[in-house]
Formats: sequence, structure tokens, C-alpha cells
Amino acid sequence: MSEITNKTPMDDLTIGGNIYTSGNAKNFKTGDWRSQRPVFHEDKCKQCGLCFPVCPENAIPVGKEDLKRKNFNFDYCKGCGVCSKVCPFGAITMEEEGVNL
Amino acid sequence: MCAGCGAPPVARHIMRALKEEDHAVVANATGCMEVSTFIYPYSAWTDSFIHTAFECAGATLSGVEAAYVSLKRQGKLPEDKHTKFIAFGGDGGTYDIGLQSLSGAMERGHDMTYVCYDNGAYMNTGIQRSSATPKFADTTTSPAGKVIPGKMQSRKDLAKVMVGHHLPYVAQTAAFMNFKDLYEKAEKAIYTEGPTFLNVLSPCPRGWGYATEDLMLINKLAVETCYWPLYEVENGVYHITYKPAKKLPVEEFLKPQKRFKHLFKPGNEWMIEEFQKEVDSRWQELLDLEEMTNK
Amino acid sequence: MSIRERLSGNEAAATAMKQINPDVVAAFPITPSTEIPQYFSTFVANGVVDTEFVAVESEHSAMSACIGAEAAGSRAMTATSANGLSLMWEMIYIASSLRLPIVLSLVNRAVSGPLNIHCDHSDAMGVRDAGWIMLFSENNQEAYDNTLMAHRIAENEKVLLPLMVCQDGFITSHSIENIELEEDSEVKKFVGEYHPKHYLLNDKEPIAVGPLDLQSYLFEHKAQQAEAMKAAKDVILDVAKDFEKWTGRHYGLFEEYMLDDCDLAIVCMNSTAGTTKAVVNELRKNGVKAGLLKIRVYRPFPGEEVAKALENVKAVAVLDKADSLNAVGGALFEDVVSSMYVAGNKVPTVNYVYGIGGRDTTTNDIKSVYNDLAEIAKTGKAENPYRYLGLRKGEN
Repeated sequence: MSEITNKTPMDDLTIGGNIYTSGNAKNFKTGDWRSQRPVFHEDKCKQCGLCFPVCPENAIPVGKEDLKRKNFNFDYCKGCGVCSKVCPFGAITMEEEGVNL
Repeated sequence: MCAGCGAPPVARHIMRALKEEDHAVVANATGCMEVSTFIYPYSAWTDSFIHTAFECAGATLSGVEAAYVSLKRQGKLPEDKHTKFIAFGGDGGTYDIGLQSLSGAMERGHDMTYVCYDNGAYMNTGIQRSSATPKFADTTTSPAGKVIPGKMQSRKDLAKVMVGHHLPYVAQTAAFMNFKDLYEKAEKAIYTEGPTFLNVLSPCPRGWGYATEDLMLINKLAVETCYWPLYEVENGVYHITYKPAKKLPVEEFLKPQKRFKHLFKPGNEWMIEEFQKEVDSRWQELLDLEEMTNK
Repeated sequence: MSIRERLSGNEAAATAMKQINPDVVAAFPITPSTEIPQYFSTFVANGVVDTEFVAVESEHSAMSACIGAEAAGSRAMTATSANGLSLMWEMIYIASSLRLPIVLSLVNRAVSGPLNIHCDHSDAMGVRDAGWIMLFSENNQEAYDNTLMAHRIAENEKVLLPLMVCQDGFITSHSIENIELEEDSEVKKFVGEYHPKHYLLNDKEPIAVGPLDLQSYLFEHKAQQAEAMKAAKDVILDVAKDFEKWTGRHYGLFEEYMLDDCDLAIVCMNSTAGTTKAVVNELRKNGVKAGLLKIRVYRPFPGEEVAKALENVKAVAVLDKADSLNAVGGALFEDVVSSMYVAGNKVPTVNYVYGIGGRDTTTNDIKSVYNDLAEIAKTGKAENPYRYLGLRKGEN
């Protein structure tokens, strides 16, 4: 299935709106919805593992080998702040999106 | 889904309970989850997925499961591969418009797990009351007005309705204590043979009116006040999986939510009292059921 | 070799289903189609089919389960009538839009209300724009034959649309008539195995079915359905050719009965065609050039072919066993006259709504239509084209 866009002619669309490349929503980035931006303070992080399970967007990557959380995946983070709130160590703070870039 | 929505972590942890070697077919009732995870030409689901309509996730998945049983029996599917069947529906698609379809699927004994992510109103259409909406909540079709102070009816106890179907496994859970309760119940439900049902609390920042970052706090308060007890019923035997050491007053759960704001106006103390009374009696009923069924 | 038997229309439909041996049947009982799931569950209980029978709690769930089963990669069938089809209505559209070749046996009955259990075509007419192929059957033999041809049509790559086989409730569903059945093994060979390209139960290629399909895509997906419906016409004829080679029984898009040199033509569907044939035979003996065009394939509607078949007649009457309540005429009438108009065919045409709620339509009723047509043929004018046949009416 080649990339389908709103320019694709009807003959090339899958029938019934079926999708044969499951999981392809990865190509649909939601990061630009963000109005708040989480900032990860690695020095304060104790790798307790509380933040990544609560992320609604699965936007906190965890290393396959070292099992340590990495910086946010801003392609998907919507800036809800749930992670910041559950962090017991103040390792995630929220700031307005686009101010300190 | 909206920033801070309670449903995606719920769905993710349930799907995580599926063994890596197993394949799943997920059915979804129309609702927030469906319309935000499968917008043509993008699907967020890595397992097979089907959505047909609002009220028939149970029946749709019945058909998929029946096909599996039939094809397997005829040797038309690989013998060593296992497929699991999981349905997701909101409280609208489960408690209300989809109740008949769910009841039929459970009664017929299809090998499936039905998960209700209960956010206590029809959120996808803009926060209308459902039979899962708690008493007095302000919704767009049970507005807190000058004469009628929000929804005047109590919420339906769907987990108990499912227990009445004599299923091998029914549980109520929430994203609590780092998802342990949720994950364990999901694993049990998926790997118990026959029809199983999970009712999962799924806070909605828009509909409930709390700050998005407070998702896990709201979950915690729902459990610690016993508004949303965590329990499971295995073959009719009740087991409360979390009993708060100190049960918090329900006010603490109600206070951070705008849908209950009018309960805190002077003169409306009776509403909080009544709410508390209902929480208490339902909790007591649960304790009694646990005692009775474990004798 | 065909097997000579005596069966009711419902038995004929159930027998065809048994021989097709679908993977899943999901059905809910409703008069007059109840016998079909009853007979079928007996086949399941006795182990003569491999089918998983899902005794659903409503027709809405019957169609939902068929959709799930068909999307899963299996063959799914069901049967219903009237209000059962009404309750399915939402899922009828979803079945066709998801391009699932489900086969449904529709035993036509009046849709409520008030409640009536007898035959008319209001149930089928309510879903005529839903994207299903619709085959109509004059008698038990045609109900059987149409069902045997159904999967070959619906599952064709160019089609992939659901299909319903219609027959008249009670009139044919409960009447026992002679029938020629085919051998089980021959049916199996003709129908063939079902191997969908993409299906839910394929763990090597997980798929997603039934998206939110917004402004950029739904139009094109609907147009794909329309193309498939157009393509179905040739496929239906191809399958009929193979069927004839096998059984000797001929099928087209419609049947032309004494239409070649005909002056006065009736267009109708299902069992009324049998009554009309008897009248045509009688009139022909008296030198009246009467004829009949019996629609078999109602969707896709063979507009061009119908207009051509009627181009040399002097007057046409279209009989509708359902009223569209639109103050203009029945659905079949509108399909026929619009096809004639587009083809430049100016033959005067009238409409008779008849047989509502199981009202008997006798040979005398049909004769009266031919008498009216003779009058119209004489004057060349079809006044008051929206008429009733057999309705009690006061003098004014």
C-alpha cells in the first residue's frame, strides 16, 4: 500500500477504507497540538519509572537495554503535564510552548 | 485523543497484557477512542482492528470469534497460533446503546474480553449524560440549572449487571498504583476462557473539568474515596483488590471537578451528603458480597 | 444429474445454504423467514455442515456478527424479513461500505406498521439504495438457484458487495412446489472456496477495518461502491452462463415472457410474475399481444436493457408491491420510467401499487391491468399514472 493522501485518485484508495499497514498512525504527528512543553531535568531523574506508563501518548521513550527513560518524543507529546505531576523528584517541569526555543 | 485523556494509557496497558506471540482482533464501538485511533488512512492499532457502529462492538466481535472457531475447526487456520478477541467501548457504547449487544455476546459465551472505558458521559458528542454519569453531575443534557441541579438519577452498576450473566471473570479497575491492578486484571480477563468483562475508570479532563495534569490524582481519589472500588468476581466469588487503609471523604474526589462545582455552593451541602451516603452503601454492599461469597 | 424434490421456498433457501456450507450463520427469527434459521440450526445440530451458528439476540446483531465474521475471513450468511431488515438497516449500509460479500435470504414481508406479517416488498424497497445486489425470485426454484449463484457474484474481485436473494413471504416461502436440486458435491464445486485477500484473522498481515472516513475520502469510497455495482451486471451474467452450462436453467438480468411481439407489457417482480404469465397465456389465446418483463436483478438496475426491451411495445404497466408514499409512484416504476426516459423511449407507462400487506392479487386483477393497457395503447395517453390495484374505494 503506497502512501495515501487527499490527492490520491479513487482507483488507488483501498476499498472500504481498509488499512493493510496497521500501526501507520505513527506517521501522523500530534506534537503540534501542544501549548505546554515538558522539560526533562536528567540530573534530578532517579529513573523510578513512574512517568512513562502514565503518558497518554507513549511519548516518553525507554531504552531497550538500559531500561532508562530518555528525553521526550516531541513528535507526539501533547503537553498534558500528567508526567510532570506524577514525578516525585521535580525532574519534569512544564513551560509554555515556543517561548524558550 | 485530547491531551491528558485517561483512555489511551488504559488501552495500552490492556494490550500489553496480550502475550507477544499472540495475535488479537480488537473491536471498537464508535466513540472517542475509535474516531481518534483510526482516521483514514491511519490506524494506530498494530493488531487487527474492526469498527462497525456505536451499539454493536459485542455483536461484531461475536462474529469475528465465531469465524475463528469455525475456521479453526475446519483446519483453515494454523493450529499453533492463538488469536484473542478484545472489545473496547465507552460507557455510551457499553452501558447504554450497546448494552443489548454486549449482553447477547456475553450470554452466548464467546471467548472474548469486553473492556468498557468508563468516562461517565457521552464525551465524543460533547459530554451528554449517560447511565454511567454519577448523580448530580453537570453534563450538557443534565445541566445544573436553577431548578434541577444536574443529573438526578444514580449511576448504573454495570459490573454487577455483568456478574448477573454468570461470567467466569468480571472486574472493575482503574489506572492506580502504577497500573498494577489494571494490568493483572487485563491479563486474567484475556487469558480466562469464555466471556470476560472489565470496567475501567477513564477520567476525561474536558467532561469532568479538571486540569489535564491531574489525571493520576483523579484516578487515585476515585479509588481512595471508594467512589470507584477495585474488585474482581471470579465465577461468582467477589474479591476486593484494594481496600483503602483510610477511606477518604468523597468530597475530595468531587472538589477538583467542575462538573460537581455546584455541589459546593452554600445550601447544597445535602447533595454531598447524599453522594457520600450512596458511596458508603455501595461500598458496604461490596464488602458484604465479598464476605458472603467467600464463606 | 438434478434431483427432483418437493420443497417450500424456505426449505429451498435453507437447502442451498446447507450445500454452500458457510463458515458462519448468524440469525434471529422473524416470520416468515424463521424456518430458514430453524432448518439451518438442525443441520448444525446434526453435524451436516461445518458452520458456526450464532443465535444472536436481534437482527441488528445478526448483521453485525455477519460483518465481523466476513471481515474475519469467513463466509457469513443470514436470513430475515420486514422489521428484521429494518432493524438491520444501519448495518446493511455498513456491510456494503466495508465491501463484505455477505449473502442474505430476504423473505419479503410488509414493514410495520401497523403490524402485518404477510408479503409485500416494502422491506426490500427500504434498502434499495444501500449498495446491496438484490436478486428477486419468482418461485422456490429461483430462490434456490439465485442462492447458489450468490457467492460467485458477491465475492468476485470486481464486485465485493453483499447480496440479498428475495422471495415472497408465505406465497413462495411456505408453498411446496416441485424443484430440481443439484448434488452437494456439484454445488461445492460451482460455489468454490472463499479466499479473501485481506482479513482480520491473518496474523501475518493485521488489518484495520471501518475507519472514520472524512471529507477527503468518503466520496471516493462511495464512488468505488458505485463502480462495483456497475461491474456486477456483467459478473451476474457470466455466473448465469456457467450456471446454465451446469444445470441447463437459464437466467438473465430479467425474464422476457412473450415480449418479442408484445403490445401490452407488465413489469413486475417475484411471485406475481407467475400469476401474470397465466394471464398472458390466456390473453394470447384470444389474440391479445400481452407480455411480461420480470425483473430478476433489481440492483444493479438493468436500466438500459429494460428500456430497450420495452421500446417496441404500445403501453407498459409497472407493478409495485410497495408504495413509496411520495405522491408520484412506486420505486420500480420510477426506475423503469427514468430508464425509458433516458433512452428516449416514449411508450406510455402507468404504475399500479398492489398486494400491500399480503392482499391477494388474482388473475382477474392482472387482466384488469391489461384491459387498462389496451385502452392506453388506443389513446396513446397514460393518465393518472399513479394507480392502485385491488384497493377498496368509495365512489368519490
